[in-house]
Amino acid sequence: MTAIAHAGYMTGRHLRALARQPWYIAFTLLQPLIYLLIFGALFEKASLIPGFGSDSYITFLTPGVLVMSALFTAVWNGMNILEDMKRGTLDRFLVTPVWRGALIAGPIANAAVSSLVQAGVIFGVGTLLGADYEGGIAGVTVLILASLLLTAPFAAFSNAVALTARQEETMIGLANFVALPLTFLASGFMPLDLAPNWIQTAAKFNPVNWALEAGREALSAAPDWGVIGIRLGLLVVVGTVLFTLATSAFRSYQRSI
Amino acid sequence: MTATAVQATELRKTYPGDVKALDGLSLSVEKGEIFGMLGPNGAGKSTTIRILTTLSRPDSGKAKVAGVDVLASPDDVRRRIGVVAQGSGVDPVATGRENLALQGRVYGMRGQTLRRRVDELLERFRLTKAADRPAQTYSGGMKRRLDIALGMIHSPQVLFLDEPTTGLDPEVRADMWEMIRRLVTDDGLTVLLTTHYMDEADRLADRVAIVEGGRVVAEGAPEALKSDLEGDAVHIELAEPEAADRARDILSQVTANGTQVDGKTVRARVRGGAEAVPRILTTLDGAGISVASVTVSRPSLDDVYFRHTGRSLAAAEEGEEK
Repeated sequence: MTAIAHAGYMTGRHLRALARQPWYIAFTLLQPLIYLLIFGALFEKASLIPGFGSDSYITFLTPGVLVMSALFTAVWNGMNILEDMKRGTLDRFLVTPVWRGALIAGPIANAAVSSLVQAGVIFGVGTLLGADYEGGIAGVTVLILASLLLTAPFAAFSNAVALTARQEETMIGLANFVALPLTFLASGFMPLDLAPNWIQTAAKFNPVNWALEAGREALSAAPDWGVIGIRLGLLVVVGTVLFTLATSAFRSYQRSI
Repeated sequence: MTATAVQATELRKTYPGDVKALDGLSLSVEKGEIFGMLGPNGAGKSTTIRILTTLSRPDSGKAKVAGVDVLASPDDVRRRIGVVAQGSGVDPVATGRENLALQGRVYGMRGQTLRRRVDELLERFRLTKAADRPAQTYSGGMKRRLDIALGMIHSPQVLFLDEPTTGLDPEVRADMWEMIRRLVTDDGLTVLLTTHYMDEADRLADRVAIVEGGRVVAEGAPEALKSDLEGDAVHIELAEPEAADRARDILSQVTANGTQVDGKTVRARVRGGAEAVPRILTTLDGAGISVASVTVSRPSLDDVYFRHTGRSLAAAEEGEEK
């Protein structure tokens, strides 16, 4: 109970901070829209490739940009704790009886809310550009849920790195190193049927692709709920493992100071 | 009857790269006193505070705070202590009131009790007007006051202040001292603070520990430490620094024990300093050593520091920056 209450307090702190940074919010919303417009225009004719499986590229692209945006928001999440570390705010909390997990859950919730707002805007603009889904509201809900479940493990991972490396440079390097390959080793921009075998194999182990597959399945005319359930379940497992890892990273941080 | 509020025994800690931060540091703080750890940066003061406040762990040694074992029951200790770290721990994006409310909630306070306590602390630390402004708009002094208020939210028994006045203007420092004194008189708190300001240790602390190389080299009330040094302090500044060692040898024959060289100044202690000066000058003059200036004074805490560490605090600070 105390743990949940503490997580709630820390979430409140991060959301209040988020609400006070309108420019940051504007940029996080603008960026995915730029991807949507540029990729949408650049690869428009891709849907003409035999075996593409969809006759509208924007319909195919919108879930891809949505999941990519959630991933990018997540991998940068450790910046919050890094900043708290620099300001001394983290140490102030660590000498109180606060539940350590709350110090990770707060920023993750922050990332999740950012991703949620992004998802709404991306879907809205995607629809305006002509994206259309047979899976309806249920499909959209599953896709957004999947992207939030993707946010948790990568945000936790990002926090664990921040606590262990304690350096912005390492964070920036790792965020790019992780986010870009994972984005493109998945079916975000191109159906995997058209990708070489090794990419298809890599995608099987890629949480980004699990989220995409769950979402795309739910958005289809006749979703296979078993496929969706397994993907979401895997994301929950990975999220739990990485959350535990990030929480235990406080011990390594405290040993080092 | 006095009770012990903080007891550190033989604390040792080495950081990676063989940096020895603490080398068997022991100290004991009595309930209801202001205890000052005095030393240059890098002496081990902050590491001691981090260990006593459960933030860090020693490689070996024991520590008790408010009667509770720091290593065995860190969460119990956390409930009994307030910590104001070096620099500021304030969340700059949140308002003063939000900072305080969150801090209180973490200790399990809520509702009416929490609101009243927050208002009371805002009032007491003169932040009521600024309460609903983001803390990043606060001045250095206001931030520091908010830091102390944060450390006080749960009415702790022991308050740790790491370099509470570093970087503050002189008037603001005097104001802080007054505030810290009142924490002890009005709230019955025990305060353990660190400082590298000689005057702060001298005027604010009831007892002082001089920390050097990760150990306490002297501990006691400032007055007692000073009167342990016999006689008056005589500082002789030489015209040529090369003559310092020769001057020391000559002086140690005519003065009390403990003549030391500090750059081009020779520090000596003499019973009846004023009468001894002519004799000292004649002796030096006879040896062909020219003197630029002489001062005679009651021993200061700086002399105590010099006596125990072999260098002045100012020189130690400079050495640290190299």
